[in-house]
Amino acid sequence: MAIIEARGLTKIYSAKTGPVHALDGLDLTVPKGTVQGLLGPNGAGKTTAVKVLTTLIKPTDGEASVAGLDVVREAKAVRRSIGVSGQYAAVDENLTGFENLDMVGRLYHLGKKESRRRATELIEMFELTAAQNRPVKGFSGGMRRRIDLAGALVTRPEILFLDEPTTGLDPRSRLGMWDVIKNLVSDGTTVLLTTQYLEEADQLADNIAVIDGGKVIAEGTSDELKARIGGHRIELTIIDAADAGAAREALARHGAGEPRSSGDRRTMEVPVEEGAIALQRVLTDLSEAGVQLHDAGIRRPTLDDVFLKLTGRIAEEDEATNEAELEKTT
Amino acid sequence: MSVVTEQGTPGSSSGSPLAQWFSDGWIATRRNLIKIKRVPDILVFTILQPIMFVLLFSQVYAGAMAIDNYTSFLMAGIFAQTVIFGSTYSGSAMAQDLKEGIIDRFRTLPMSTSAVLIGRTNGDLMINGISMLIMMGTGWLVGWRVTTSFWGLLGGISLLLLFAYAFSWVMALLGMSVRSPEVINNASFMILFPLTFISNAFVPLHTLPTVLRNIAEWNPVSALVQSARVLFGNTDPSFPPPTSWTLQNPVITIIIGIVLMLLIFVPLCIRKFGSISSR
Ligand SMILES: Nc1ncnc2c1ncn2[C@@H]1O[C@H](COP(=O)(O)OP(=O)(O)OP(=O)(O)O)[C@@H](O)[C@H]1O
Ligand SMILES: [Mg+2]
Repeated sequence: MAIIEARGLTKIYSAKTGPVHALDGLDLTVPKGTVQGLLGPNGAGKTTAVKVLTTLIKPTDGEASVAGLDVVREAKAVRRSIGVSGQYAAVDENLTGFENLDMVGRLYHLGKKESRRRATELIEMFELTAAQNRPVKGFSGGMRRRIDLAGALVTRPEILFLDEPTTGLDPRSRLGMWDVIKNLVSDGTTVLLTTQYLEEADQLADNIAVIDGGKVIAEGTSDELKARIGGHRIELTIIDAADAGAAREALARHGAGEPRSSGDRRTMEVPVEEGAIALQRVLTDLSEAGVQLHDAGIRRPTLDDVFLKLTGRIAEEDEATNEAELEKTT
Repeated sequence: MSVVTEQGTPGSSSGSPLAQWFSDGWIATRRNLIKIKRVPDILVFTILQPIMFVLLFSQVYAGAMAIDNYTSFLMAGIFAQTVIFGSTYSGSAMAQDLKEGIIDRFRTLPMSTSAVLIGRTNGDLMINGISMLIMMGTGWLVGWRVTTSFWGLLGGISLLLLFAYAFSWVMALLGMSVRSPEVINNASFMILFPLTFISNAFVPLHTLPTVLRNIAEWNPVSALVQSARVLFGNTDPSFPPPTSWTLQNPVITIIIGIVLMLLIFVPLCIRKFGSISSR
């Protein structure tokens, strides 16, 4: 069952320079208990999508429901089921960390005792005990971020929206945050998160929607997306450029496509099906032919590759250079 | 960071909608009370500035004014000016909240839509209440006396505070629309200073040049000051009677003004709040 659903979401902002189509027919279906990643370049519409789904802004057109409730008509009911942490920390600077969380609990109508208990629990969970009684004004960016994230978890919500949850966190806090998210998911929470860190989407998201220009341009699991731009490749760098011919031959023999050289022609690669086996064979051939290697290995496509390829310019540039390269070598 | 425990009952509603509305309003008010306590500027303006104004005006201008008891005349003016400026906190605070992003947190919580505004305007009421007490104490020390009755005193204080409270809603709407605390502060200064000075707050109207006098007679601030003077018994019978209806019926004028401001701006504010979001 889809717990978050968006159909043809459109949001048009009127800016001085004319209308901005922040969302342009966004469709999204998130099954209960999964992590949905939203990936996209700056200005793609990620934050706008989160704001519409969390009832902060009304869409210009289209429909969305969260927990089966319409985000426009049943906004207040939606708010009872969700926890939100926006792109910028939403905290009261004059309140202490504890007071901020306590206030959020009270406004969720948890009651005085439960609000306090939960605030203390979250402060411990996010390792802010030492700072809990200082006004947030004096917090570092990362501490503020953590208080804000804790604010999203006050009611242990059924559905969690996190807009770039780990931006600005140090590596340790980021890993800690990942743990928190993974634990939430194992408890059945549905999470929708946006991120600029592809590794983060890879680590956390069951499903990734790549957004550009306000709509979804590709969707699937991390593996599916990677598969779309091809499987594994063998990449090797030889020491002596004179061996280039022999090396290319070996790659062509065991690869699943045309080898490509790049740069100074000492580095080359070929797509392969069974990465490990192909690499073994290539290496055997090369050592028999006496070709000396600087580096050799299997290269897996990263989400970066997917991202760049799907969202634009850099991928096109890549192809252009590759074509130029091919002309040179043939 | 450890394991998160089982899911709770999200936003389990305790109590009736009315009880929740009161609770939300109180929680939002408490946040503003903590702010008054923690931000030294606010406390300085709330406590020291009224003392300073009362002392400066009563001691420095008293001699220059051809009025028998300038201190008696003056106090209503200082009360009015102080509480009107006290209301501008709602403007800059709403703009500040939008800027800092806390509004987005509130707007994703299942709380009453009016709570943040109620809490904010209550904060102004608190600030103005403290200022009023301080001013009355200081005024009493320099010779200000209420010559009517306890009810006159209570009526005067209530009218001043209620007018300022209603004006807080006007400022809150401005704050949410302008979104810049600095602009709100500057604009309040540029508009409210002339407004309070071109009035009967510090000088008798009959001493003003005709043009200014006409403006001052219809200035709502004059009506507010006049109603406080009437209720406190601080009017000077030797002055020529006012010619504008608003000054002839100051209490009614101010009550109408309070009701109108609330009727118009409370709904506008709540509607506006339902659609704002930071950044
Ligand atoms: N309040 C607004 N008024 C006008 N235009 C806006 C507003 N908010 C966003 N936009 C525009 O809408 C588009 C999408 O913005 P959005 O913030 O959703 O992007 P994003 O994917 O979250 O980007 P980022 O990665 O930088 O956070 C951008 O072109 C942005 O300039
Ligand atoms: Mg964003």
